[in-house]
Amino acid sequence: MACVMRPILMPTKPVLELRGLSTHFPIGNRVLKAVDDVSFSLHAGETLCIVGESGSGKSITARSILQIVGPPGRIVAGEILFTPPDGHTVDIAKLNPRTADMRAIRGRDIAMIFQEPMTSLSPIHRVGWQIMEGLLAHKLMDRKAARARAIDLLRQVEIPNPEQAVDRYPFEFSGGMRQRAMIAMALACNPKVLIADEPTTALDVTTQAEILRLIRRLQQAHGLAVLFITHDMGVVAQIADNVLVMRNGEVVERARVQELFRAPKHPYTIRLLEAATALGMAAPPARKAAPQGTAILKIRDLTLTYPAQSRLFGKAQPPTHAVRGVSFDLHEGENLGIVGESGSGKTTLGSCLIRVLKPSNGQVTYTMRDGSTRDMASLDRPGLKPVHREMRMIFQDPFAALNPRMTVGQCIGEPLLVNRLLQGEELAVRISDLLGMVGLPPDVAGRYPHAFSGGQRQRIVIARALAPNPRLIIADEATSALDVTLRRQILDLLLELQPELGLSFIFISHDLGVIRYFCDRIAVMHRGEIVEIGPADDICARPQMPYTQKLLAAVPEANPAHRDEGRTFFL
Amino acid sequence: MGRFIVRRLAGMVPFIILVSITVFMLIKLTPGDFVSNYAAALAAAGETVDDAMLDSMRARYGLDQSWLVQYWDWISGVMVGDFGYSFQWQQPVSSLIGERMALTLILSVSTLLFTWSVALPIGVYSAVRRYSIGDYFFTFVGFVGLAVPGFLLALVLMYVGVSVFHSDVGGLFSSQYADAPWSWGRVADLASHLWIPVIILGTSGAASLIRIMRANLLDQLNQPYVDTARAKGLSEFTLLVRYPIRIALNPFVSTLGWILPNLVSGAVIISVVLNLPTAGPLLLQALLGQDQYLAGAFLLLLCSLTVVGTLVSDILLALLDPRIRVS
Amino acid sequence: MSATLSNRDLDTASQSRLVWLRFRRHKMAMFGLCVVALLYFIAAFAEPIAPFNPDKSNARLVFHPPQTVHFFDDWAFSPYVLPYKLVRDPVTLQPAYVTDGSRKVALRFFATGTPYKLWGIFESDIHVFGPENLGDNMFLLGADRQGRDVLSRIIHGARASLSIGLVGVSISLLLGITIGGISGFFAGRVDWGVQRVIEFIISLPTIPIWLSLAAVLPKDWPPMATYFTITLIISLVGWTELARVVRGRFLALRGDSFVTAAWLDGCSQPRIIFRHMLPSLTSHIIAAVTLAIPNMILAETALSFLGLGLKPPAISWGALLREAQNIQSIAAAPWLLLPGAAVAITVLALNFLGDGLRDAADPYAH
Repeated sequence: MACVMRPILMPTKPVLELRGLSTHFPIGNRVLKAVDDVSFSLHAGETLCIVGESGSGKSITARSILQIVGPPGRIVAGEILFTPPDGHTVDIAKLNPRTADMRAIRGRDIAMIFQEPMTSLSPIHRVGWQIMEGLLAHKLMDRKAARARAIDLLRQVEIPNPEQAVDRYPFEFSGGMRQRAMIAMALACNPKVLIADEPTTALDVTTQAEILRLIRRLQQAHGLAVLFITHDMGVVAQIADNVLVMRNGEVVERARVQELFRAPKHPYTIRLLEAATALGMAAPPARKAAPQGTAILKIRDLTLTYPAQSRLFGKAQPPTHAVRGVSFDLHEGENLGIVGESGSGKTTLGSCLIRVLKPSNGQVTYTMRDGSTRDMASLDRPGLKPVHREMRMIFQDPFAALNPRMTVGQCIGEPLLVNRLLQGEELAVRISDLLGMVGLPPDVAGRYPHAFSGGQRQRIVIARALAPNPRLIIADEATSALDVTLRRQILDLLLELQPELGLSFIFISHDLGVIRYFCDRIAVMHRGEIVEIGPADDICARPQMPYTQKLLAAVPEANPAHRDEGRTFFL
Repeated sequence: MGRFIVRRLAGMVPFIILVSITVFMLIKLTPGDFVSNYAAALAAAGETVDDAMLDSMRARYGLDQSWLVQYWDWISGVMVGDFGYSFQWQQPVSSLIGERMALTLILSVSTLLFTWSVALPIGVYSAVRRYSIGDYFFTFVGFVGLAVPGFLLALVLMYVGVSVFHSDVGGLFSSQYADAPWSWGRVADLASHLWIPVIILGTSGAASLIRIMRANLLDQLNQPYVDTARAKGLSEFTLLVRYPIRIALNPFVSTLGWILPNLVSGAVIISVVLNLPTAGPLLLQALLGQDQYLAGAFLLLLCSLTVVGTLVSDILLALLDPRIRVS
Repeated sequence: MSATLSNRDLDTASQSRLVWLRFRRHKMAMFGLCVVALLYFIAAFAEPIAPFNPDKSNARLVFHPPQTVHFFDDWAFSPYVLPYKLVRDPVTLQPAYVTDGSRKVALRFFATGTPYKLWGIFESDIHVFGPENLGDNMFLLGADRQGRDVLSRIIHGARASLSIGLVGVSISLLLGITIGGISGFFAGRVDWGVQRVIEFIISLPTIPIWLSLAAVLPKDWPPMATYFTITLIISLVGWTELARVVRGRFLALRGDSFVTAAWLDGCSQPRIIFRHMLPSLTSHIIAAVTLAIPNMILAETALSFLGLGLKPPAISWGALLREAQNIQSIAAAPWLLLPGAAVAITVLALNFLGDGLRDAADPYAH
């Protein structure tokens, strides 16, 4: 559904203009229309965001512009008009992807940065060399000048000690540093257009904020036109001037960013924005009041230390504290969120609580339904079994969490079967009940997991967790692998089931929005320790610790009116 | 890097010790010994055998000692270059094995170079032009190469040599150079004979390396860094050579660790068929005749050769891959 | 990956069915499967399929050349071969075979021939294809140094050569699964130790080791004892690759969250291994095993060829190739190399089959 582009008054010709671009993938005797009749224009200094969920065709659109779509994808129709400042327009879609004319545009006029900074950089070439390479390929300068330029670029992207960093390898850099190096590489030849394909998706939220700020600063300094691909409405609100919403290869809506957030027109956009706002920091959380039941889980001074590695030759590795001195209580009927960035120890903590990992120190005291208490930290396998019937887990990756060799019914029934809780007909009835609970038809029990989408699989995983009638569920990044609309559905499902089943949750996530939506209390983890814990409202509105403040400030708010640093809109 | 090599070298020591013990145990597994073999041969020839004489023979060769003592005597000799005495040849082992081991080494290394130089371009071609006629052709040839044992190939080539070219393809030297001392002429003669065993020996290795290179490169061609390089404006050829091929070389080089044992292995049997003056035929004889120190020396040196091969491949890999070198 | 609820058949298809569906699309692998099945069928029914007793020698038929079967006689289906007769060159007095045009040896399907006992149980004298009249000769692939029929010998040799592959791979598999499984499941120190042992064995050149092990065997052992010892020797070196495959898969699976889930569900250790982990391994193991059989067959062939494996009167392809060891024999009777062709075809077919299985082994991969 391609609507006609609303003319925007611009002083100059757009530097990049797409007219009716279609990129198709012939697969067998079908054709996948990955990009279907997409049009837009992009001016110098403007940021255009293409937003959409997985499979919307946003990345293929970006790749089509540089003609680097992987086979069997092919541009079948449309024009990609590039107009450099000298005013001579080229239709990129007409160029053969393998010719020198096409190569002259790549990197020099239009540069691109990619999602995964680790795999997008060659692991065995020095960072500086990878930056210089584009300059040398386009014969813009000699080796010596290129090296000086690489050092200068590393300085511009705020990498410390650029003179040394230029000779480092990507694996010696952190994720954020790698993405900075990637940006330096893209900017090397002073391109007119920068295409950024989900450049911050693989990064932590604080790093994301830094990278977004950097892109913005460099854009202003160089007058770049930026085409920014993302799935995150918060990021859109923070950096876009104009927005294109894509779904199934088509553009469903286009608007100025303020307009889009104020008055979205297409139902899909409305749904997307609703989900994003609900899971954002400004919306009221889904949970009303924190019920104060008795404490069912008491964690005291929990520590997991990996011992020092001594080696015959070379340096000995010091011991690492994955989790250090963690203490808190969980009350019955409560949802506790554990939030932290990658490497904060939140997943390790979750594994220690359910005793997939054995903590090196401390107590995890669980009060059973019958009132007896168990210290899980010191229980052996037979002692753990009854506890594991009451304490269950939901995993991050719904594709890995289900045994592909077992039917859905077998997966869900396994905890009931091995604990000899139910058998035969009773088991079958319970499985259909569970499937109904998570919103799946009961007749899917005979199918295999490969027949289901990610969201459906996560529902199956939830059904398996609910099977032995648990009291406490530990959810480790349970919604991270899902698109935002699905994410909200799953959270709502859990909230709906909670009162009738009398559940408590420990919800582990990197996403503060999700935690805030779902939890009554939040614990913030940093470097293996809990830096702050308290009611969700207090943590989000009045954070006490500097780290929590930094974390909160970094969350991109899905509201263009609240941009940080008073970023102005492109006109 | 220096520390890396030192570490690898140090790691080799227990390996070599283990190899020597294994080798000695293998030889000693055989029921009976050289003397009882010798006695059986005498008896078969109709001579009477005197037990006292046999015992004195055993004492002379140290065969009456315990297993451990024999091993210690042998290994302490080996460490100073004395590999013991060959009963069959009535000569010190060192004088028998020198040139044969050298020729084995030359044959193995030449085959290795041949294998790589054939497999690399074909593997790259097959991956880059996947599903082309050429790819199918080389894939099929590769399968056949894997399926035909080296000695069968040697037999077929011998037949073709005799029936079509009326010449014997065996041996490594022409008759006038066979026992001549080393000279430039002899080297040239060796080179002109070497290619036949090299091709025979290298075929199956090349076939598997082509498949490995093709699979590696196909893996690398889909990596995001290839897109990054393409987006920089590099030409397809430069791109291919600088990134995926360069990176696919790493696992390719690490195949040295197992391809060398295979070559050394194959060389033994092909040498027997083609009657090459390398370790193979003599080792076979020594094993059959329970000439324990001769067999032991060959086994030890052949196994050490492959252990050194693994070491070389590790070092090459470290040179090629900064991830191994730096961390 | 299908992510729809529409395709009912695929949705309820179990793993083995998905593997089969994928495997079937692999043309070369299907071809390999047919050839391998045929070869093992021939090996199982060697007696009726072979036209003659493989040990029947005839000093007057030494190095008899191969004959071509003519299927039609005057446009009627009536297969026959033209017999050869032995003449001496009048000048050199060298023996030579010339076609005897005067008569035809009629052939037929299900001909009566030398009596045999199939698997030592069923007595019969029917051969699938052979001369109509008892006593006539037919050498489709020539005769060897003692005038024995090479075709019959190749067919009987298939039994030892092909079964050594199977038996050897079973022993290797047993060792590989046990050791690899222990290594992968317990990880840590055990794994480290096992890995060093495997590395050590892999770095040894196999043929010299086989040779020295095989040289240990007393020369007067009965063929059956030699057969099993040789198989054992081959598998002692061959288990490492399988152990590596099993260990790698086990380690990868250990990290999968569905295994953690099974543990949390309260499954016992054996149930986790056999119900949850092994089913994911079987297809990979079958593929690895199929790819290991050719190596076993090649190893037996090499050993027997060198005279350290099976020895006459035992028949295997390697033992048959021993006849072709010197250049004089090959020059006089190049058909003695034909057992080698049988080896090559078998190995080729098994490799095709194994490759197809490996590609189809994980039907859930993208």
